[in-house]
Amino acid sequence: MAEHILEAHSLTRQEAQIPREDWFEASETLQHLRKNKKFPTIWCSGCGLGVIMGALIRAIDHLGLQRDQVALVAGIGCTARMPVYLDFNTLHTTHGRALAFATGLKIARPDMKVIAIMGDGDALAIGGNHFIHAARRNIGITALVVNNAIYGMTGGQYSPTTPVGMRATTAPYGNVEPPFPICDLAIAAGASYVARSTAFHALELDKYLSEAISNDGFSLVEAVSYCHTTYGRINKLGTAAEMMRGLRDNSISKTAFDKLSPEEQQANTKIVRGVLHRKKRPEYTAIYDLIVQQQTHQEEIRLRNTGRH
Amino acid sequence: MDKRTEIRLAGEGGQGMILAGIILAEAAAIYDGKQATQTQSYGPEARGGASRSEVVISDGEIDHPEVLEADVVVALSQEAYKKFAGSVRPGGLLIVDEERVTLDPEVEAVRLPISRLAKETTGKSITANTVALGALVGLTGVVSRQAIEKAVLARAPKGTEEMNRRALEAGFQAVQKLRVA
Amino acid sequence: MSVKLMQGNEAIALGAIAAGCRFYAGYPITPSSEVAEVMARELPKVGGKFIQMEDEIASMAAIIGARVGGLKSMTATSGPGFSLMQENLGYAVMAEIPCVVVNVQRLGPSTGQPTAASQGDVMQARWGTHGDHPIIALSPISVSQAFDLTVKAFNLSEKYRTPVILLTDEIIGHMREPIELPDFTTVEKYEHVVTEPPETYKPYSNRTDVPPMAAFGRGYRYHITGLFHDEVGFPTQRLDEVEPWLERVNSKLERNPDDILLYQADYQPGARVAILSYGATARTARHAVKQMRARGEKVNLFTAYTLWPFPEKAVEALADSVERIIVPEMNLGQLALEVERVAGRRKVTRVNRANGEMVTPDMILAAMER
Repeated sequence: MAEHILEAHSLTRQEAQIPREDWFEASETLQHLRKNKKFPTIWCSGCGLGVIMGALIRAIDHLGLQRDQVALVAGIGCTARMPVYLDFNTLHTTHGRALAFATGLKIARPDMKVIAIMGDGDALAIGGNHFIHAARRNIGITALVVNNAIYGMTGGQYSPTTPVGMRATTAPYGNVEPPFPICDLAIAAGASYVARSTAFHALELDKYLSEAISNDGFSLVEAVSYCHTTYGRINKLGTAAEMMRGLRDNSISKTAFDKLSPEEQQANTKIVRGVLHRKKRPEYTAIYDLIVQQQTHQEEIRLRNTGRH
Repeated sequence: MDKRTEIRLAGEGGQGMILAGIILAEAAAIYDGKQATQTQSYGPEARGGASRSEVVISDGEIDHPEVLEADVVVALSQEAYKKFAGSVRPGGLLIVDEERVTLDPEVEAVRLPISRLAKETTGKSITANTVALGALVGLTGVVSRQAIEKAVLARAPKGTEEMNRRALEAGFQAVQKLRVA
Repeated sequence: MSVKLMQGNEAIALGAIAAGCRFYAGYPITPSSEVAEVMARELPKVGGKFIQMEDEIASMAAIIGARVGGLKSMTATSGPGFSLMQENLGYAVMAEIPCVVVNVQRLGPSTGQPTAASQGDVMQARWGTHGDHPIIALSPISVSQAFDLTVKAFNLSEKYRTPVILLTDEIIGHMREPIELPDFTTVEKYEHVVTEPPETYKPYSNRTDVPPMAAFGRGYRYHITGLFHDEVGFPTQRLDEVEPWLERVNSKLERNPDDILLYQADYQPGARVAILSYGATARTARHAVKQMRARGEKVNLFTAYTLWPFPEKAVEALADSVERIIVPEMNLGQLALEVERVAGRRKVTRVNRANGEMVTPDMILAAMER
């Protein structure tokens, strides 16, 4: 097994030789899976979600976070099923509302790492309003948006990120709506860390997710993925492996993109991978906590002065 | 049943009639130890329009909290007069600002130059609501003079206590003169 | 203790703080906004947190999230916002997350009349969110009781792990009345105590009516979902796991009537008519009853403070005591439907007003003649 893969999985060469059925006990990262949860996952075989879940686990593990200190909050959809498999504090909420629940949780427990896991429809259609406002507040939540450009769980309806002209069960003649550029939206709304990669580039995702979770503010990681079961089939894009290969062939690193001429950049249709935005801004719960400190202090003084203390 | 006194204070939005109602209810409930309810109605706009404040005062428990048949109506604007003058019970008391309200021929009312008194006494027409409270309490005795004074001062913004005391006094004086006359 | 003149909405906010509420999320809406304004001002003083969310859907979600994080939480709204909250209100029922939702009812449907009073959301409070579910709704009749029932709402919500709706109205919310506030440190507060170690903790154990709730980040890493779930919290479709849940959750309130059902039954021997009312209208009913009794007429008076679960047994007893029950309401007849359901063959006379104005004592007196 190649060294970089072993490293990514926190495996030693020796561990890699452990029979597969014993990995659970032996691997640091696999320890983060729930032992009492019946596997396999609900995801179709070949889905990119497993790879992305692996990246999330490795990112958390890499940061050395206590499992009790991490909360995963999700909405509804294939992506939103991710937390149930993971041994953290997990809150599976209503469609589109993950960030609103996460906001309450983060304010109650500013010390916890709160990660909201959403699909494109979840985060940007029904949850679009919560998305822009969480970014505007720069509240310390990491949003992981898995973008497969389709509603997979309900059977392949077009989503706010489906490209124009592509087919879906509700766009049988081709989609006529322009898609949301998720990262641009987050940047415009005020997110302080924004990065994008794909299910093919798992190690990049590891890195961006750990940076996002470490960022003191609202972070977005867009993980571009695919749905071979619905979108791929309707649009004749081939097997899961072929779609995975598509992510490799149709993406470009930000470093390479930056070297292109303005005309070439303009004409680029590939997915640009990299850290797209970083900006230091005050984090919401930290600012509010100052008000709480100030007011509790003044209340102490007031109570002392009025002799009610 | 305990005797209840029902008072309706009406004016244009921004004339402070809702605050006047609150002060009157506080005078009764906090400083006179009576029961009181204060309710209000206003249009959705923050300023302008007709606004009214209702106060029910009783020695015993107040059940229905709104005015059913007003014992007293104070109207500081023509619109308020038009809307609420008819709600005074037979034998009840209608107080109007004679500077701002033109009475219909058959209507009986205590006419006082409330807004002019406010301007003359304090230089500020916004104290008309306090003048009206002085007149109302002077005429009806629904709360004690000490209670209304304490309630007015407790609500007066810092630095305006003396101004409000004079406005209240102007209201009392005005009805005193009426009695003498 | 000193007497203060205060609006119902202010009393609700202070009641919440007295009950231990330390998180409020809301969206401005008339006639409930004073609750938010007082919470925004007061919460930071006691170490609590306030946030104005982007809408009522998010507000409801945020208070659930905060309670999952360990803070007692509340939101307040009125009709249009209450409609938006139904989605996550159902989530709180399903996931058994305690929280308090204040609905200061205004005239509907739709935008209706923002500053006009109503009791038009009684049935929405019961059935607004989809699916069969238990719910508690309390309705105060005075400013002072608005404080007390808010405290009660928090304690019931915690004890039974259910959202509690404080179903008040524009009259009570905006009315000012004298109130004597207690020392907040003496107010009774229900707190969850989890004794099970994390390894054996079952957040949805069906072995008791209400399993204790562990907050996130305290060593109990479990799963919370709006899907049907097993005792550990994992989604399930197995009938042998779904059915015990259905049984437990849908009967946990019924099994504790003495704790939850609040009402006052004021009987006069020989009365042939009773008046049943709630909220601001109960004040009108009392007014009418005192007038009747002063004239020597006998009448029974029933005031419901708990609307949901409906105090069936007590209302059955009331029906047994008289020939007729008059139900005045600021709507076109909502709680009257429940009275009719349990009153057997007794006649139920509805007195309705749904134009934003209060029912008057005269309207009730006129119904006596009908």
